[in-house]
Amino acid sequence: MREAIEMKRGLVTVVVLLVLAVGALAMAGQPPATPAAQEGFVPVNSLPQAEQLPAAPLLIAAYAFVWVALMMYVWFLWRRMTRVERELAELNRRVQRR
Amino acid sequence: MKQFVRVAWVVMRKDLTVEMRSREIVYTTVFFAASCVLVFAFALVREGRPLEDAAAGILWISIAFAGTLGLGRTFERERHTETLRALMLAPSDRPAIYVGKLLGILALLAVVEAVLVPMIGVLFHAPFMRSPVWLLVLLFTGTLGFASVGTLFAAMLVRARSRDVLLPVLLYPITIPVIIAGVRGTAAILQATPDEPMARFWAALLLFFDVVFVTLSLWTFEPLMTE
Amino acid sequence: MSRVFAPLAFVVMALFAMAPIIVSHAPYEQTMGLVQKVFYYHVPSAMLMFISAFVCGIASAVFLFKRSAAADRVAVAAGELVVLFGIIVLVTGPLWARKAWGVWWEWDARLTSSLLLWMIFLAYLLVRRYGGPGSEKLAGAMALFGMANVPFVYVSVNYWRTIHPKTSVLMTLGPGMRSAFWFCTVSFGLLYVLLLTLRRRLEDQQAQVERLYLTLEE
Repeated sequence: MREAIEMKRGLVTVVVLLVLAVGALAMAGQPPATPAAQEGFVPVNSLPQAEQLPAAPLLIAAYAFVWVALMMYVWFLWRRMTRVERELAELNRRVQRR
Repeated sequence: MKQFVRVAWVVMRKDLTVEMRSREIVYTTVFFAASCVLVFAFALVREGRPLEDAAAGILWISIAFAGTLGLGRTFERERHTETLRALMLAPSDRPAIYVGKLLGILALLAVVEAVLVPMIGVLFHAPFMRSPVWLLVLLFTGTLGFASVGTLFAAMLVRARSRDVLLPVLLYPITIPVIIAGVRGTAAILQATPDEPMARFWAALLLFFDVVFVTLSLWTFEPLMTE
Repeated sequence: MSRVFAPLAFVVMALFAMAPIIVSHAPYEQTMGLVQKVFYYHVPSAMLMFISAFVCGIASAVFLFKRSAAADRVAVAAGELVVLFGIIVLVTGPLWARKAWGVWWEWDARLTSSLLLWMIFLAYLLVRRYGGPGSEKLAGAMALFGMANVPFVYVSVNYWRTIHPKTSVLMTLGPGMRSAFWFCTVSFGLLYVLLLTLRRRLEDQQAQVERLYLTLEE
């Protein structure tokens, strides 16, 4: 029974690979027209002067957010871990007493 | 192998027979899909008239919504009568049961699409019949992709809490590539001169998706349905 | 617990404290100027989000097929980290984009795939929390399918307009930038390992607690 399942899985894998190969050939045969993606960093200096934003607040906001998010997660982990450890110690004591 | 096909066939026939007695799910799902189209016709307007370019998107959204509804209702019926547990207890190949349910859902969605395509074609002046073969290919591969993941998730969720809302929550992110490919492919064939290479590319992607996800579903159906 | 991990935690915190200093010494990017420095936190976070998604997917597969409860505990830890690093990527990215591209969001391949991956793993956590008993398996299937989905999403969205810089930009970094970048990558990487281990340990301990409750009931 086990071998039958294994053989079936093997057969299915072979069929899957064959179909994927055929599909890949079908897709490769047609290169759809795509507008070129940008290479590297491209400037946005075509914006009118009035639209240019100061970068510093955005940068600081980004870094601040990263720190806050990580700190919150660490704090959340810490709280749960101390609670579980306390519970674990308590339970161990009760088991010893039995 | 023959046993597998037989079991799948029996499960599908069972579903269709039960459905044919009351035709409840078919009628209500088709009507729901039609109402979706109407909502979109009034929601997506430009200068007071429906957006004609939106036909491809509306078709696939309606299929997705109707499919989710149909999946939920079909498996709710199974849960209600506890037949899913009976099926699992039967000494048959579990993946065959999955295939049987999948075929049932495909049949339901085929009926829905048979109504949706002419309806959208007429309401949005969309020339679906210009490339009927490509339309069929896209509809089949796309629906299979959606239904394969949907059947697995709906079966898994039968015993879960909050199953009504969890099915779309789980299903839609996973089937986004199907929606993208379906809409882009359909839009390609709806253009003034149907863009066949584009349609072929998207159909190939859908085929890839189908193969990978039907295989994944077949592999994971048994471990997921057993305790 | 804290005794075991204190040295590693200290190292990680020190690295992180150093990072802004290192970053401020890195040269300005020619065209984007100051705001490009978001890249030093944004890119390592994005890499870790994807790595964590794979860890979660593979752990879920092991859980589903080998019925290993330990694998499930790794999976839930990795799943939470996907969402955490995903939030970081999806907030720092638009903050950068607003200055660099003029808009908060664009529907290109990289952004869309990242958003979708994040939502898939958010759904993973939702299912674990609200799915009721037996939802670990459901969530495991979700993680597995989500992981398998990544290439499809990427390819399908890629054939739309792509505005995001390609990955090759990493190779073209100047020396000052490259060292700052790798410093941040290493710090984030170590932080990831630390968080994953701690979170997994939390799951292990909770499983132990449940086992003890069961033995007490006997």
